Amino acid sequence: MLVGDGAWGTQLMERGLPAGQPPEWFALEKPETIEEVARLYVEAGADLVTTDTFGGTSFRLELHGLDGERDRINRQAVEAVKRAVAGRALVSASVGPSGHLLEPFGDTSPDAVEAAFADQIATLASAGADVLCIETMGDLTEATRAVKAAKEVAPGVPVMATMTFEPTPRGYFTVMGVSVEKAVAGLEAAGADVVGSNCGTGIGDMVSIAGVMTRATRLPILIQPNAGLPESRDGQVFYNETPETMAARVPELLDLGVAIVGGCCGTTPEHIRAIRKVVDSLNRARQV
Amino acid sequence: MEILKRIADALQQGDDQRVGALTTEALGAGLPAGDILQQGLVAGMNVVGEQFRLREIFLPDVLLAARAMYAGLDLLKPHLAAEGVPSRGKVVLGTMKGDLHDIGKNLVGIMLKGAGFEVIDLGHDVAPEVFVDAAVREGATLIGMSALLTTTMTRMREVVALVRERGLAGKVRTIVGGAPVNADFAREIGADDYACDAARAVDRVRALLGA
Repeated sequence: MLVGDGAWGTQLMERGLPAGQPPEWFALEKPETIEEVARLYVEAGADLVTTDTFGGTSFRLELHGLDGERDRINRQAVEAVKRAVAGRALVSASVGPSGHLLEPFGDTSPDAVEAAFADQIATLASAGADVLCIETMGDLTEATRAVKAAKEVAPGVPVMATMTFEPTPRGYFTVMGVSVEKAVAGLEAAGADVVGSNCGTGIGDMVSIAGVMTRATRLPILIQPNAGLPESRDGQVFYNETPETMAARVPELLDLGVAIVGGCCGTTPEHIRAIRKVVDSLNRARQV
Repeated sequence: MEILKRIADALQQGDDQRVGALTTEALGAGLPAGDILQQGLVAGMNVVGEQFRLREIFLPDVLLAARAMYAGLDLLKPHLAAEGVPSRGKVVLGTMKGDLHDIGKNLVGIMLKGAGFEVIDLGHDVAPEVFVDAAVREGATLIGMSALLTTTMTRMREVVALVRERGLAGKVRTIVGGAPVNADFAREIGADDYACDAARAVDRVRALLGA
């Protein structure tokens, strides 16, 4: 089992993101801050470190008037993480949703999002991304179009594709009504090399989701839970799962055959350190 | 009335053409536009909202139902005005500055319009003063704020403070929502209320405005 990294947004906000700017701003203006966070995750034991390019498609960047800098943002984000990890971890280039609803529910065509993903991914790959991480998807058409775009413009780079599920009375579904089984089948057919689930829930639900996934595919599985649910106390917001409570459930994911475990919203280098510790001891036990 | 039930059913199935045709038929039969709105469109949208809250249906179903609701509402509007059916109230909605997620807020807007409120949607990435300026300009009596990020939800406090600073407390109510937001947080920042989803938001807004 490999270990992913944790949340980036909160780490970058703590380091002074100007109001109204997206986290991708750091790639443009302060790549040294990205290097600092990437190093924290490598030192915590991450085998994969994510780039700060979740909102790096033209659809997201144009909301901030940054579309003209798209190529530079995606390139510099990969290069900053690459410098920081210095061969100690893989550079996993993040690709997030367009934020638009696709036809027939919205006004955006699947071809338009595929073209936007292709533009972003071509830059990420040419800048040296080791693996692509298409994540937090709710719409299966959008997710599969992103996978296809990746296979088209960067055929040599492995593609991980994860969707966001929530519990319902009939099991786990994305907000667009995609079941875990349907998601896995669709992503696999589109050519994903790794499938999985990120965001939306804490590790307890993720163990259940992983259980459904392992029965639905033989592809490696990537699981990146939130640190539980956000709570507020005295006006401060925090996530309620500690590094220890998260790490305590990791053996169940390993038993299910999950290939990579990392974290999403609310997770910190401390969460990754705790997961690393558990994974190392389990890996050692398995070798005996 | 049987036709009102059929309008509600067609709306739940997301059949905008049928909702339009049935609404025209009901108006032609002389039914009051206010009844068609409440017992047809609003009744149907209430079911859709509840089913979505329970995740018996998903976002695509809600969006199709909303499209069907607008098909009926557009036909009713001139008749509602002519009948003198009053608006239930005017509300300003938006997602906090720095936050670009707006599907939840859009749903709240759809449900509120369906329930007969006038909705001024300020979109996403809305600065605190923009919320308050819009409420004053439009004569709205409620500001609804949404956030998906823990980093942007804290700005809701600024809107609530601004409402007080400008002497609008009690005249302009505030309600907050979004994934990281809860009732405790709403209380801590002094907002008037909190709603955990779009269907509840309609109930809470009705209660706040006595509508």
